[in-house]
Amino acid sequence: MSTRVRWRKVVSHLMLALTGVCALISVSVLFFILGYLAFHGGSAIHWEFFTKLPAPVGEIGGGMANAIVGSAKLLALASLIGVPIGFFGGVYLAEFSGSRTAFVVRYSADLLNGVPSIVIGIFAYTILVLPFRHYSTLAGSFALALLMIPTTLRSTEEFLRSVPRSLREGAMALGASRWKTIISVVAPAAYRGILTAILLALARVAGETAPLLFTALGNRFWSPGWNQPTASLPVMIYQYALAPYEDWHEQAWAAGLVLLGLILVVNVVARGVLARGVAVPRS
Amino acid sequence: MAVTATTVHGASPKAGSRTFLAKLRDGDEVARLVTFLFAMFVVLIVVFLVFELWRQSALPRHKFGLAFIVSSVWDPVFDRFGALPFIYGTLVTSALALFLAVPLGIGSAIFLAELAPPRVSDTLQFLIELLAAVPSVIYGMLGIFILVPLMRQYIAPALKATLGFLPLFQGPAYGVGLLTAGIVLATMIVPYIISVSREILLSVPRDQREAALALGATRWESTWKVVVPYARAGILGSVFLALARALGETMAVTMVIGSTPVISSSLLSPGDSIASVIASQFTEATGDLYLQSLVELGLVLFLLTFILNGFARLLIVLTSQRGSGLENA
Repeated sequence: MSTRVRWRKVVSHLMLALTGVCALISVSVLFFILGYLAFHGGSAIHWEFFTKLPAPVGEIGGGMANAIVGSAKLLALASLIGVPIGFFGGVYLAEFSGSRTAFVVRYSADLLNGVPSIVIGIFAYTILVLPFRHYSTLAGSFALALLMIPTTLRSTEEFLRSVPRSLREGAMALGASRWKTIISVVAPAAYRGILTAILLALARVAGETAPLLFTALGNRFWSPGWNQPTASLPVMIYQYALAPYEDWHEQAWAAGLVLLGLILVVNVVARGVLARGVAVPRS
Repeated sequence: MAVTATTVHGASPKAGSRTFLAKLRDGDEVARLVTFLFAMFVVLIVVFLVFELWRQSALPRHKFGLAFIVSSVWDPVFDRFGALPFIYGTLVTSALALFLAVPLGIGSAIFLAELAPPRVSDTLQFLIELLAAVPSVIYGMLGIFILVPLMRQYIAPALKATLGFLPLFQGPAYGVGLLTAGIVLATMIVPYIISVSREILLSVPRDQREAALALGATRWESTWKVVVPYARAGILGSVFLALARALGETMAVTMVIGSTPVISSSLLSPGDSIASVIASQFTEATGDLYLQSLVELGLVLFLLTFILNGFARLLIVLTSQRGSGLENA
C-alpha cells in the first residue's frame, strides 16, 4: 500500500470520527439540559409549587398553581380554535380543492408557519388587545392557535392523502357519499398520524413565551376570566429567571423542569407510541 | 359554483354524472363549502396579518420613511426611532449562530445519514427531535445561569488575551452580549440543521455512493466529494431555514443579549435584536409613535423571514425533486 493511499485512509477515518464527535456533542446537549434542570429544579419542586399562588414580592415560598392552570386554559382554548381550522382546512386540501385554491391555501399555511412567534404576538395584540383595551387569555390563546394551525393543516392533508385509494373506492362503491367516505373511512384510517401531529403542535406551543408577553401578559393571582390576563408557565419562567431573587430563580428552575418534562413526555408518547409505523412530519 | 364543482372537482366519473341537487342531498356540497370556509380562514389570517402590520405602523412609516431603517438612534424620550441597531444585532447574532452551528449540524447529519447503522441513526434522530422541542425560554434560562457567568469569567478574558488585537474582541465583557446570544442561538438551531440535512443526505441515490467507492474513493471521499455536493442545494436550504428561525428567535436572545440599542464592533458588548426589543419594550411603550415603531420593527422582521423562508423552501424542493444540481450533471 502506498503512502498516498494510507494517508487517504487516515484522513477518511479521522473525518468520519469527527462527524461522530459532532453528533455526540449535538445529542449530549439534550442530556445536559435535562440533567441540569433536574438537578436544580428537582430540589425546588414540592407540593406547594403545584397548589399555591406566587408569594408576594420579598416573601419566600409560594407556588405557581395559577400559572399551571393558566397554561392549561391557554392551551385548551388554543386547540379549540386552532385544531378545527387546521383539520377541516386539511380535509379541504386533501379531498375537495382544485389545484389553484390548494396552492393558495398551502402557500398561506407555509407562510404562517414561518412567521416569527413574536410577530404573531403583535398581530394578536392589534386585533384582540387594542380594541378591547385590556390583555386577555383569549388573545393569548388566539396567538397560540395561529401557531398550531399550519402544522395541523399540512399534516392532516398529508395523512389523508396517504390513505390508499382502494379504501376510498371501496366505500364509494358501497354507495357512500364523498363526505361520508371521509368521515367513516378515510379519517379513521389516518387518525393516528393526525393525532400525533396535533399533539406535537400542542407540545410546541406549550413552551411558547414570546406571543404571550403582550397578549395573555401575566398575573400573580388567579385569572378571573377568559377576557382577563392570565399567568402561564413560560412567561413565569421568563420573569422569575430575570428577577434578582434567589428564591425566584429556584422556582424558575422548578417551573422549567415541569414544563420541559410535560413537553418531552408528550413528544415521546406521540412519536414513540402513537406514531409507531407512521412517518411523523417535521414541525 | 355548481358548474365549477362538477367540472373541476367531480373527480370520479360517477360524481360528475350526478346532478348538483343529488350531491347537495348527499351532503357533499355542504361538506365542501364548510371545509372551504375553514381553509379560506387560513388565507384570510395571513392577509389580515400583513394588513395589520402595515396599518399599525403607519405613523413611523410616514414620519421617518426609509430613515427608520438606516437611522441608529433609538430614543423613546424624544420620539426618535431608528431600527439600525436592532437590524445589526439580529444579523450579527444570527451570523454568529450559523458560523458555530453549520459545521456541527452538517457534521452530525453526515454521521447520521452516512455512517450510523439505521437503528442508531433513528435513535439519535429521535433525541435530536426532542432537542428541537425544548422551549426557547429554557435555553434562555440556561444561558443566563450558565453561559453568562462562564462568558464573563473565562471565555471573554481568554478571547481578549488571544484575539484581543481584533476589534471583534475588545472592550469590557459583561457576560451578556452579542457573542453570548450567538452561542445560545447556535445551540438552538443545530437540531433543525441536522434534521433537514439528514433527510436530504438520505435522499441521495445509492448509485452515487457506489460509483464513487467503485472508482476507489475512500468512504470520506465518497461522502464529501460526491454525496454532499449532490445534496448541496438542499443542505443550503436547511441552513437558510435555520437562519430564518434564528432571526425570529425571541426569548433566549432577549435574556442574554443585554438589551442595549447600540452598534458596537465588539462581539463582547451588549446589543439588541429586533425580536428582543419588541419583547422587552412592547408592554412599556408609551404613546402611539413608540408602539407603532415597534410594530414596524415586527414588519421588518416579517419581511426578512418571509424572503429567507421562501428561498429555503425553493432550495429544498429543488433538491428533493431532482437532486441538487443543474450544474452537477
